[in-house]
Amino acid sequence: MADSLLLNEEQELLRESARGFCSERAPLSLHRKLRDSRNPDGFDRDLWRQMVELGWAGMAIPETCGGYGFGHTGLGLVLEETGRTLADSPLVATVLLGANAILETGNEAQKAELLPRIVAGELLLAFALDEHIVHDPGRIETAAVPRNGGFVLNGSKTFVLDGHVADRIVVAARIGGGSGDPENIGLFLVDAAAPGLEITRTIMVDGRNCANIVLNDVAVDAGALLGGSAVTPEALDRVLDIARIGLAAEMLGSIEEVFERTLDYLRQREQFGVPIGAFQALQHRAAEMYGEIELGKSLVRAALAALDDPASGATRIARLASAAKAKLSEVFFLVSNEGIQMHGGIGMTDEFDIGFFLKRARVAQQFLGDAGFHRDRYATLHSF
Amino acid sequence: MSGALEQFRAETRDWLEENCPASMRTPMPPEEVVWGGRDAEYANPDSKLWLERMAAKGWTCPLWPAEYGGGGLDSARAEVLAGELARIHARPALTSFGISMLGPVLLEYGSHEQRLEHLPKIVRGEIRWCQGYSEPGSGSDLASLNTRAELHGDHYVINGSKIWTSYADKADWIFCLVRTDFEAPKHQGISFILFDMASEGVSTKPIKLISGSSPFCETFFDDVKVPAGNIVGRLNDGWSIAKRLLQHERTMISGFGLAGGQAEGGGASETTVESIAMRYRGDTDKLSDPLLRDRIARFRIDSEAFALTSRRSAEESEGGGPNHISSMLKYYGCELNKRRCELLLEAAGNRALGWEGEGFDADELSLAREWLRSKANSIEGGTAEIQLNVIARRVLDLPDLTGILRGKR
Ligand SMILES: Cc1cc2nc3c(=O)[nH]c(=O)nc-3n(C[C@H](O)[C@H](O)[C@H](O)COP(=O)(O)OP(=O)(O)OC[C@H]3O[C@@H](n4cnc5c(N)ncnc54)[C@H](O)[C@@H]3O)c2cc1C
Repeated sequence: MADSLLLNEEQELLRESARGFCSERAPLSLHRKLRDSRNPDGFDRDLWRQMVELGWAGMAIPETCGGYGFGHTGLGLVLEETGRTLADSPLVATVLLGANAILETGNEAQKAELLPRIVAGELLLAFALDEHIVHDPGRIETAAVPRNGGFVLNGSKTFVLDGHVADRIVVAARIGGGSGDPENIGLFLVDAAAPGLEITRTIMVDGRNCANIVLNDVAVDAGALLGGSAVTPEALDRVLDIARIGLAAEMLGSIEEVFERTLDYLRQREQFGVPIGAFQALQHRAAEMYGEIELGKSLVRAALAALDDPASGATRIARLASAAKAKLSEVFFLVSNEGIQMHGGIGMTDEFDIGFFLKRARVAQQFLGDAGFHRDRYATLHSF
Repeated sequence: MSGALEQFRAETRDWLEENCPASMRTPMPPEEVVWGGRDAEYANPDSKLWLERMAAKGWTCPLWPAEYGGGGLDSARAEVLAGELARIHARPALTSFGISMLGPVLLEYGSHEQRLEHLPKIVRGEIRWCQGYSEPGSGSDLASLNTRAELHGDHYVINGSKIWTSYADKADWIFCLVRTDFEAPKHQGISFILFDMASEGVSTKPIKLISGSSPFCETFFDDVKVPAGNIVGRLNDGWSIAKRLLQHERTMISGFGLAGGQAEGGGASETTVESIAMRYRGDTDKLSDPLLRDRIARFRIDSEAFALTSRRSAEESEGGGPNHISSMLKYYGCELNKRRCELLLEAAGNRALGWEGEGFDADELSLAREWLRSKANSIEGGTAEIQLNVIARRVLDLPDLTGILRGKR
């Protein structure tokens, strides 16, 4: 059945191997180490090479473009597993956002040049879209003015994932029209070393790599414009929706992990002579979380399956993307908070891992639109 | 295989085209729901015709064996039938506790004779059943029940009372939990027994609900004589049957949660919360109250996720009955339906608050009553709290405090 919500055998195997890899090679302790050592890259390059060898960088890229054709569900499953151990890697910025932007909006020459290099792990990307304190793709003000057959870019970007390590940055800039106009947005591939580009790494609460970027008269040639012209609002939405769905999958993995750790603690920790998990006040909250997680999981599965189904229309994908991002943001909020509370004092200590999930939750909630943003969009997409 | 299935689809479509009366393809007002029974009432004569035609094919219970009057369909064909019925918006020909609760456990636990006696009458809507579980002192703690059945030769004599018995005053027969061993631990002395509500010593007294209707009753048994052969399954083993039946009941009730799940369908229908909210506010393209709009969006997303989860649960168990997800679906489905009813009240403002008389149309008057009725969703068939207990223990494997304390005593 094309729209089944169950995984097939191949997908189950993929998930299992991803889980094994993450728990062995990319455990939470690695995330802690990267943070504590103030690692300048923010991820482990050796680990990334191993992920590339496993094919993760080309998971969702079709075989015709040099990838492995496991579809969005394939990449989603890998992200779910990296979410469990909060593994830091270029998967989100380079593969989920960057590669898909090129795949969806690039011309043949751009795809042929860039995608195989991404699959081979030779190229790191960042995707620079947001300019405000919250996600707002409708308000892009960075300007791209034609000059000497190319363009000159001016503006500033914020919350750019992997901005300080990327080799190339995909910059969304306005070719025409005014702020708020959904048309006339171009996606430009800008070399990280381009003159006029100022990149400042921002250390975020979750320890992941972000950057602020200022563009001061950055000149690019015409070939830097993906697809050779402005992207349609539909195409930009699709790129963002793919990333939102992938991010929701990653959030699902983190949610499941924090929930399982919390359940373990409820079974182990004793007070008043009984395991605290015997207290109904905690049991009912755990049971409610279980329900919310199962609902979130269904949305993630359905959204990934819709992306892989060529018959899905743009509206269906957009609705599922917003539903999934809104729901998973809410559930991550809930489960990460309860995770701390149900651990009591030990949950507040830096030495204990549960706090990492709370920190990751808030950043993931905000990235590419929080629950409020996506409920608003969902309502609009349903004409109310 | 798929060729045979396609042929079945074509035949079914033709048969429905010919046999489903036009008025049975329109939305069903609550007073036209067909419950069957000896004193069945048909507000619309087409309902009777529709029931008879569907029952003749066994399609009121498509999955039950033909031997017992059912349709004898495999699950693929039953799905085709359901799809074809939905396609023409056909009303359910028959709604009953016999179909949704008793039938499935008779198929599992009943003797051949019991099945032959009762199932065909359920299929044809000839006998209407009610559920005698709850008692004044035994609600959530159902196994503490006190209604007694004492053996006198070839029959039992039953004494005691039940409460909240839905439609006891309209039902012909009752499936009833009675205590048959008075010494054994509470779960081990219960039997599951069937008897005729027309038996001497049975009386009922309707109770009025906050919604104004009175679908449930107090039910009294005063020396009621019941043949010993009417016990289903083994004597004193009624608790396992009772629990199994509750699972079927909860699956049925979780279906309430699907009422708000039109999301996948796309276009706004007339009866969605958002379209009602917009109509009353005179909004054309965007709901003007941003807070209500946000709450409706959240509700719609949860409804969509719930519908997907019901589907995933069905796929995971491949028709093999309840799984780890299903105990959660009852809880969540009921909460969703209550949210839907609350949102409908907000959507229609003071137009939803009318009780009776002039100044309101029929749809408006039903909003308040439906809202009041929905409060029972998280009480009937096991309360929300009991569902959460079940999830915590069975699904999440959290420890049982009562058990621990008992062990320590
Ligand atoms: C509309 C309607 C139709 C019904 N139809 C039928 C019918 O046809 N046949 C039938 O037999 N019964 C029927 N019932 C009865 C229903 O099954 C019971 O009402 C239900 O099981 C709860 O029992 P109770 O009313 O005694 O509440 P109680 O058990 O007294 O519960 C009161 C409150 O205490 C809470 N509580 C109880 N125990 C616990 C616990 N261990 N942990 C946490 N909280 C707890 C409950 O959740 C509830 O909130 C119907 C009820 C309604 C509302």
